[in-house]
Amino acid sequence: MQSSLDAMEGRREFLAFTLGAEEYGIDILRVQEIRGYESPTRIANVPSFIKGVINLRGLIVPVVDLRIKFDLGRAEYTDLTVVIILNITGRIMGIVVDSVSDVTTLQPEQIGMAPPVSSALSTEYLLGLGTVDERMLILVDIEKLMNSPEMGLTEP
Amino acid sequence: MTVDMSQFYQVFFDEANELLAEKERLLLEIDVEHPSADDLNAIFRTAHSIKGGAATFGFSDITEFTHVLESLLDRIRKGEMPLTTEHVDAFLAAKDVLSMLIDGHRIGATVDAQQVQEVSRRLHALAAEQLVEPVVIMPVAENVKPGSEPEPESEPELVIPEGHRHLCIDLPADVSDRDVASLVQELSVMGDAHQRRLPDGSIVFDLITDQDKDTIEAVCTFVVDAAKLAVREHVATVKVPEPPVVIQPEPELVAHEAVLPAAVSVVEDVNKKLQKRETEKQHASTESSSIRVNTEKVDLLINLVGELVITQAMIDQRASGLDPVQHETLLNSIAQLSRNTRDLQESVMSIRMMPMDYVFSRFPRMVRELASKLGKQVEFITQGASTELDKGLIERIIDPLTHLVRNSVDHGIELPDVRRKHGKPETGKLTLSASHQGGNIVIEVTDDGAGLNRERILAKAKQNGLPVQDNMPDEDVWQLIFMPGFSTAEVVTDVSGRGVGMDVVRRNITDMGGTVEIRSVDGRGSVMRISVPLTLAILDGMSVKVGNEIYIVPLAYVVESLQPVSSDLKEVAGSGRLLKVREEYLPLFYLYEVFGIVPSSEKPTEGIVLVLTVDDKKAALLVDTLLGQQQVVVKNLETNFRKVPGISGATILGDGGVSLILDVAALTRGLV
Repeated sequence: MQSSLDAMEGRREFLAFTLGAEEYGIDILRVQEIRGYESPTRIANVPSFIKGVINLRGLIVPVVDLRIKFDLGRAEYTDLTVVIILNITGRIMGIVVDSVSDVTTLQPEQIGMAPPVSSALSTEYLLGLGTVDERMLILVDIEKLMNSPEMGLTEP
Repeated sequence: MTVDMSQFYQVFFDEANELLAEKERLLLEIDVEHPSADDLNAIFRTAHSIKGGAATFGFSDITEFTHVLESLLDRIRKGEMPLTTEHVDAFLAAKDVLSMLIDGHRIGATVDAQQVQEVSRRLHALAAEQLVEPVVIMPVAENVKPGSEPEPESEPELVIPEGHRHLCIDLPADVSDRDVASLVQELSVMGDAHQRRLPDGSIVFDLITDQDKDTIEAVCTFVVDAAKLAVREHVATVKVPEPPVVIQPEPELVAHEAVLPAAVSVVEDVNKKLQKRETEKQHASTESSSIRVNTEKVDLLINLVGELVITQAMIDQRASGLDPVQHETLLNSIAQLSRNTRDLQESVMSIRMMPMDYVFSRFPRMVRELASKLGKQVEFITQGASTELDKGLIERIIDPLTHLVRNSVDHGIELPDVRRKHGKPETGKLTLSASHQGGNIVIEVTDDGAGLNRERILAKAKQNGLPVQDNMPDEDVWQLIFMPGFSTAEVVTDVSGRGVGMDVVRRNITDMGGTVEIRSVDGRGSVMRISVPLTLAILDGMSVKVGNEIYIVPLAYVVESLQPVSSDLKEVAGSGRLLKVREEYLPLFYLYEVFGIVPSSEKPTEGIVLVLTVDDKKAALLVDTLLGQQQVVVKNLETNFRKVPGISGATILGDGGVSLILDVAALTRGLV
């Protein structure tokens, strides 16, 4: 109920997480759950950012390390490393991030145009730049990104 | 409150389709010369039920069409008209029209109005043909002397079997003929009904039924206003006919002589019908003991049980470390749980199993039509129709099998005069059989036709530029017909012979994890043998280890495993590595190389080689060690991910981790 009200008023909720030194935000409605990192089963002959597949209560779910994909920070796997499980139009997939901070509500006026952030993440996959007090969130169109051919997660 | 009827439509469509299939089966089996009354009745009932259902849901086109069909069938089953092959053909055509009409309502498929009209005209024309003498005597009502006034009729002497009663239903004279006719129809379903007209024009039905009075009354009120209707139990303890009070005593007993033989036949008739009703009832009870369930629900159930099996395996593994003395009861319970889980999985898997009859039942008609089109005589035999196969596979086997059957009729079985010349009976024999062999189902299409022509296939292969030698073994020659664009048929017919197909047949079957083999003897016939796994949901796998990774190799492909010795290993420039296994050189693949794994040892002599066979081609695969055999639940990688070269699926191991299943066919073809 709340979220539909939010949508009417143009408010949107984002899950904020960090990759290296930067903070990112994705639409909370695409997030199914958050869980600790467990070593996936490696798949041969796929790009290095596809870590492999895990067993999510009987589902075989691919896991992508966005830090490798966007060339951000060092891809280390510690007890604090987190996997965000996404539900993108019925397909379940996981992304590895350094940490998850919070859920932030942004008003339309808090979202600005996104400048080019990095060469690895094209502005095509960005919704904009969110400003909350002193924080800056790079808002990623996670659905578009995960379905894009360059992620190699879907059938070409 | 309004009821949304559309929610029931699907039930009607499903049921109607089943009835139509049943009708087709009966029509194809029926002996036109001596049709059995049971079959005729059964055919009539299918039409009757469809008509009833269609009328309920307001599909008037179906109702009207079925009505024509039904009335014709009704006359045949009553013996007013002999059954002829034209009838059977017309009824088969009518079945097609009905399927079309039903599809029209169900999925909005286009309905060919012209075809509907044509078949309807055909049925009308048949119905208009000269009537023959009635065979089954409709009691009394038929015995009215021509020209005479309808005579008062006595209540016929009826033998009432155990558990049945004789009910009389009185109708007033002003009931329309139409209503009377529908009442007859309704009542004949309930039991054995006889109609009499009394002098004052009113009608009495005598009904021998096992239903009680209230039920009959309820049935009648569908047709006739309840106020006009009287249903009374006939108390007939005396065998001598006693004219009821309402009837004037008959002036003479002329009717008696006429009634006597009729009465005998009535008695026989009643007995026969009652017997039939018994078997019908049994039939009905088996029907009602099944339910329709959405396949998605079944699949969900299978998935959940799969989870349970995995969880069970985890518990087993965790418990294996416990002290058996200290935890005896717990371990016993776990063992019990493990047995129950296995049984549960087996039962759940069996839900998806369907009898091959689902596939076989569509062939008699096809073969019949094909044979008559080609001027051939074919006797079609099916065996093992009750053999069960996974629903997912059964649907995928229809196309390849259709193709093979068509081929056998078209190319295999010769024309009658050719067969006579070769000293064979004019009628060719085509057998379709299914049987279980291990974890596979084997389906064979056997014909006693001309067999494959080795010379012609070789000539055609050369013409197509395929590498062939004249001294190739037969098996290799037969496999040539599975090459794309290969057809040796002298005449390209619209049945087969365009050279598309056999390659598709093999591909379809290989995709299902199956194989197809041909055996053929010139002039004696040929056998096409398809072998597919019973289900794709679970498979017997061999778990192998390479470096730190565990893979599953489907056991069906594994011929043997061995430790290679260095003298058997050969490197051939351009064609990679070969391994000599008993005088045979097999291409050798290193799994660690294919998948880029760091192996425990790079030396092949320290690993294990699996000899695999796919499509009769062998290959060897090097792994570090074998871990053991286990049954695994196959999970689709594509559900959340995509197809990965060299991997056919995934499964969950006892420790909860994921293991990938090798796509042996792709690996051995060197496609990875």
